[in-house]
Amino acid sequence: MSIFINKQTRVLVQGITGKQGSFHTAQMLEYGTNIIAGVSPGKGGQNVEGVPVYDTVFAAIEEETVDASILFIPAPFARDAAFEALDAGVKLIVLIPEHIPLQDAMDIMAYAQKQNAVIVGPNTFGLVSSGSSKIGIMPNRYFVPGPVGIVSRSGTLCYEIVGHLTGNDIGTTTVVGLGGDRVVGLNFIDVLRRFEEDPETKTVILVGEIGGSSEEEAATFISSSMKKPVIAYLAGRSAPPGKRMGHAGAIIERGRGTFESKVKALNAAGVEVAGLPNEVPAMIKKILS
Amino acid sequence: MKLYEYLGKKLFHRYDIPVPHSKIVESPEEAAEAAAELGDVVIKSQVLSGKRGKAGGIAFASNPGEARKEAERILNMRLNDLTVEKLLVEEKLQIEQELYLALTVDGALRCPVVLASLDGGMDVEEVAEGRMIKWPIDVSIGLQDYMTREICRRMGVSGALQKEFIKLLPKLYKMFRELDAELAEINPLALTPDGLVAADAKVTIDDDALYRHPQLPRVKEKTDLELKAEELDIAYVELDGNIAVMANGAGITMATLDMVQHYGGAAANFLDFGGGASVERTAQALELLLGTNPKVLLINIFGGITRCDIVAEGFVKVRESKGIDLPVSFRLVGTKEAEGRAILEKVGIKTFNSMDEAVRHAVDLTEAS
Repeated sequence: MSIFINKQTRVLVQGITGKQGSFHTAQMLEYGTNIIAGVSPGKGGQNVEGVPVYDTVFAAIEEETVDASILFIPAPFARDAAFEALDAGVKLIVLIPEHIPLQDAMDIMAYAQKQNAVIVGPNTFGLVSSGSSKIGIMPNRYFVPGPVGIVSRSGTLCYEIVGHLTGNDIGTTTVVGLGGDRVVGLNFIDVLRRFEEDPETKTVILVGEIGGSSEEEAATFISSSMKKPVIAYLAGRSAPPGKRMGHAGAIIERGRGTFESKVKALNAAGVEVAGLPNEVPAMIKKILS
Repeated sequence: MKLYEYLGKKLFHRYDIPVPHSKIVESPEEAAEAAAELGDVVIKSQVLSGKRGKAGGIAFASNPGEARKEAERILNMRLNDLTVEKLLVEEKLQIEQELYLALTVDGALRCPVVLASLDGGMDVEEVAEGRMIKWPIDVSIGLQDYMTREICRRMGVSGALQKEFIKLLPKLYKMFRELDAELAEINPLALTPDGLVAADAKVTIDDDALYRHPQLPRVKEKTDLELKAEELDIAYVELDGNIAVMANGAGITMATLDMVQHYGGAAANFLDFGGGASVERTAQALELLLGTNPKVLLINIFGGITRCDIVAEGFVKVRESKGIDLPVSFRLVGTKEAEGRAILEKVGIKTFNSMDEAVRHAVDLTEAS
């Protein structure tokens, strides 16, 4: 089992004919993702890697059932594309682009809530249920099946952790990237709740960073509602206040969102925080044994 | 992009939010002229830093002579390590009460939130929890008058002042949405005999949305190198150490800096050149770093979309054209790893498998040199 997506999940690719869209369509197909259609206005009737292309999302759903959509759309047009998928009834949308304006992101979240849909991202690497389906841009070979669930705010750092696990023959159930922006759809708690319910996930790794309060909120949830062991790694211990470290959320402002406050909250919830990424496998082995 | 107070107030004025009469000046003489016109004035340094008052960057003057003297003093001071180039000379308000009002984004709730308090004029962090009213707004219906009435009820505001809020808050919300603000804060919001007036303005515009606001002024708060990086769309922040760091991805770059510190080193910068970089972009990022005269160069690449061979090519290109004569610690794994390593080996650069080894090596190199 896995959370959010599996081998049957029928995936639409919006922006499939672009450079990123076509490249990652090939990568996802290679991983085993069930991609059933793509959308690219004005390119209807073509195909990309054997996947039929439609002009609009509505045209695609006239032909196919769509469970999820992934967007490779330039940031200025992402809101329109996300609205289109939501209006057409798609219930899981993965927003890959970075630099989507904040007000647009809030508009997308408000409409998604009305449509009862789940948004992953923006500025995310997506999500992968290891060995069955990948809706995202992460490198295929590191994501092998196993008992560990991972939820992360950042991409490459998450690969780093997964790389350490894979190197120690530890696989993953589902790996979810929340995205590095200030407003994102899925949050730690949404994902932790699903991992807690998933019988195959035995333990969870939370990969967080400085800024905001989502790690602290996750800690409260873990202590009140989770029985499964959780460990964490947090980036930004050395970051000076007031400097935005690449991610829109990763900034210590007005004394909030510090590394120390997050470690304290997580420790109080029984979550051990790794000092370095390479300490994670040993911690997981200890839990699994 | 943070805006200076006077720019924020210009935007307020454009949205019909009352602001004091004022002049923006750059010399003591101009300040004196402004005071002659405005009467009792307050002279405010225009810098992108809070706590200007405590640092001596705000002064009152009741005649042109005083205004000249205070303006000269402030223009010559370093304010929280910033130079003061402009002063806002403003009519002194008759303030009956100082309130607080802001619109910002609540990341956890994924929507705008109104923050309102009767306790204005102080640092927002110092306002007691129960005295700060928070009201999230569903952007699909926007700010409605009932919300303002409810916010007022919770603040204990009624009558004429409530009417003032019902006039003011929708204007602030409209500006916040239309101008893609991340923050629009009025602190203090002054209650005067003429009604509510924005005595200060703290407005931050979303960098990602600047492309659709060509009419807004561009405020620079960055160093030259940071600006250069911005042009190249590279996330770059200057730090105090001597190990120049380059990595792909914000999270892993931060983790690299943490590890440098863990092993006793000090990073010179944060540089995330993103995913899927080309040879050209890799070279640009490297050149940027070399411009900072670091002692050691630490490169940490975990290739997903980023291809190791391309990064290696970019490195060799810069090495050949500009010469890289400082010690380098290079970690290279992921997509096209073997190809990338081969390229580097040809020029005698050894690579590491793990981030840990590469960081330790970089720290050792600084100690050796």
